[in-house]
Amino acid sequence: MSFRKLPPAYWLRLLQPGDWLIMLVGVVAVAVSYPLLWRGGGADHVIVKRDGELVAELPLTITKRIEVSGPIGTTVIEVQPGRARVASDPGPRQYCVKQGWLTAANAIAICAPNHVSLMLAARDGKSIGHDSVTY
Amino acid sequence: MTPSPTESGRNTIELKVTPDDYRIARYAAAAIALSVAEAAIPSPLPGVKPGLANIVVLMVLMRHGWRDAVWVSLLRVVAGSLVIGQFLAPGFFLALTGAIASLGALGIATHLPRRWFGPVSLSIVAAFAHIGGQILLARLWLIPHDGVFLLVPLFATAALLFGIINGMVAAHLLSEQTGDN
Repeated sequence: MSFRKLPPAYWLRLLQPGDWLIMLVGVVAVAVSYPLLWRGGGADHVIVKRDGELVAELPLTITKRIEVSGPIGTTVIEVQPGRARVASDPGPRQYCVKQGWLTAANAIAICAPNHVSLMLAARDGKSIGHDSVTY
Repeated sequence: MTPSPTESGRNTIELKVTPDDYRIARYAAAAIALSVAEAAIPSPLPGVKPGLANIVVLMVLMRHGWRDAVWVSLLRVVAGSLVIGQFLAPGFFLALTGAIASLGALGIATHLPRRWFGPVSLSIVAAFAHIGGQILLARLWLIPHDGVFLLVPLFATAALLFGIINGMVAAHLLSEQTGDN
């Protein structure tokens, strides 16, 4: 048995009509599985807290800026359809601002110095969202 | 019971070895060699492997039927895991579940008309059943969290790719009719 010098046409001839059908079904199934299983957890609302207490709960479909005043100043949170971020914060290191836009369910930006947190949540609290997947 | 001197002859048990046994053993040896060789190949994602031993299982299925394929596949899983030192480790149960799932799928798919569906079809069906069974076991037992399903797209992609390649290699080897039983 030898695999050398076999042209691509030879390999194609090994395929029967039904094989093409099964391959097509396989390709479609694989293609569908990506958006179906990797849709980022389906976040649909925003939860803003100060000192662990709810300040605002907004749907992730509107455009809005809200200001939350904390111990060291005012944190500005910006919500847009499908995403939210901390636009500005008086904290010295700006970690929560640098996180940028949040889009996945359970994503959270915490502005610890000003005691403010911004979190995205999934509908009904049910989510396939994840912090990380590891072995 | 100790052998008594009055019993002339010896106390050995003779196992009858049929030609079927030799044939299955030969194929199983080939499959074990492939799975051991494959264990040495580094993989970017644990669990993603070419599954070269399935080429042998496919050939046995096409040439000698489903019963022989079951023997070769299960011998491969048990003996292969013994060689690698994985016997009864989680990886062994994953391999066993994958093998049982794909044998089940092959048992059904082998009734597809041969005129239209060749080894490539069987290989793809077996590969998807393989990861399906493994993911299910992982979800139920090893990682009881829906997070494992996030790996499905990657595993499915690998299953499709290697299913096609293994199927084509099997089709090529079968078309050669090398005449070894």
